[in-house]
Amino acid sequence: MLVIEKEALTTEIEGLVEEYGNTREALLPILQQLQIRHGYISDFAQQEVARMLDIHPVEVYSVISFYSFLSYVPKGRNVIRLCRTICCDMAGKDAVQRAIEREIGIPFGETTKDHRFTLEFTNCMGMCDQGPAMLVNDDVYTKLTPRRAIEILKQYK
Amino acid sequence: MPSRKGIVLFDTKGSSNGLANALKKTRQDIVMEIRESGLRGRGGAGFPTGTKWMLAAAAIADRKYVVCNADEGEPGTFKDRVLLDEYTDLVFEGMVIAGYAIGATHGILYLRGEYRYMLAKLEDALRRMRSENRLGERILGSDFSFDITIRLGSGAYVCGEETALIESLEGHRGEARNRPPFPVNTGYLGCPTIVNNVETFANVSVIMAQGVEWYKQYGTDKSRGTKLVSVSGDCERPGVYEIPFGTTVKELLKLVGGENAKAVQIGGASGICVPRADFHRSIAFEDVATGGSVIVFGEHRDMLHVLKNFMEFFVEESCGQCTPCRLGNPVLLDGVEKIGRGECSMNYLQELFDLGASMQIASKCGLGQSSPNPFISILTHFQDEIFSQR
Repeated sequence: MLVIEKEALTTEIEGLVEEYGNTREALLPILQQLQIRHGYISDFAQQEVARMLDIHPVEVYSVISFYSFLSYVPKGRNVIRLCRTICCDMAGKDAVQRAIEREIGIPFGETTKDHRFTLEFTNCMGMCDQGPAMLVNDDVYTKLTPRRAIEILKQYK
Repeated sequence: MPSRKGIVLFDTKGSSNGLANALKKTRQDIVMEIRESGLRGRGGAGFPTGTKWMLAAAAIADRKYVVCNADEGEPGTFKDRVLLDEYTDLVFEGMVIAGYAIGATHGILYLRGEYRYMLAKLEDALRRMRSENRLGERILGSDFSFDITIRLGSGAYVCGEETALIESLEGHRGEARNRPPFPVNTGYLGCPTIVNNVETFANVSVIMAQGVEWYKQYGTDKSRGTKLVSVSGDCERPGVYEIPFGTTVKELLKLVGGENAKAVQIGGASGICVPRADFHRSIAFEDVATGGSVIVFGEHRDMLHVLKNFMEFFVEESCGQCTPCRLGNPVLLDGVEKIGRGECSMNYLQELFDLGASMQIASKCGLGQSSPNPFISILTHFQDEIFSQR
């Protein structure tokens, strides 16, 4: 990481600490913002957050590793989370999964080399009456068919 | 009375005056009325709301908190999504009423990360309520001030457990705490805290608006009021339904167009599987309790596949801090896979049942205590069907 990038990140985290506070309760909101903006929380970012909140970096790492929406490895620009819980499963999740894997060319659990997509499963996302459902970043899509899922992915560059 | 999608309790004219009515009463009266109404927690556990409030109100502290649990993660549950979307004000006003009753000045809505798309709309609702003086300083001309902030989860099912939720709010891993002390004494940041479900708060608003007697005409003696259930799976009309407590599974299935079901999973992955022979049982805290999830399984469903899906869910979502849950769930899942391959003896199956019973006793929080439920109920009711196919 270039020094100039590190300094920019430090400034950014300082801004977040100013917004959310420097207490432990602010940790999750800060990490959530970093995750949204950068797609992951780098080692350096973890250390800086720890320094500013006056906690040990391993505490930050431990929190990141606990929550499935936080990550310490880079994710793609668009994270696709396909619901795999029973209602979506019964509604035809498998066919949608296979269609997406064929189209994107990677299995679920991986990120494309160009960092355009990360494919993940998620547990029940509360769209059980309209399955199969998926989240692309924060956008919810329901009643997916293989074709519709592929059409939707085309919108995400 | 059961109505498709129409939400009787909340849509009834006059259900929106709850906050104004409540602020004219004394704090003690509100707590007594909520106790009198028989309202029980709608998240699934069914703890009497009035008792929880009374304990929090009696606690002596400078700061108290009201937390709304919108971490609706139970498979098959989506009624809170609909409530937050369509009955936002009832939920937020319920929180204000709770704050007034227990003497809190601050409320937090813990919204699950999957519902981030609703955040802007909810923030708008809070701004609107502040501008209408239904939130903020000196609410509706009274001397009571209260404000609500929204915090997001990050995709962890266990954070729906109230002490894990508080841990998460405090910036920690969402690992359940030992109880006691209970959150009503030592909750968020060590302050007395009540954690209630979205639907519970909406019910509070309705009770304050319509009065206790009106409310008590719905439901059974031990389960007052109505319940929102989220129906999904093999039925013609999935969606959110409001039913009075005491409605039988059979009546509900008729309502949703799922009469041909062979089984219904009530209470989500951590609930129990009700086979056709038991469809006369009723949905109520004293019979089949549910946090709102009803999943219908048609004649053609392979129940072992359903069970495998549930056990995979628990293996994934176990937080890992206590041994029975962390190690027990993978063993149960492995057992399900063995059954699928035709390698499970009846002797071993009995051992798995015993393991499940141990997990129910020995796990630290509700997740591990209830995760063997689907294993035990599905393999009890569908044992012959499952084993005859393999």
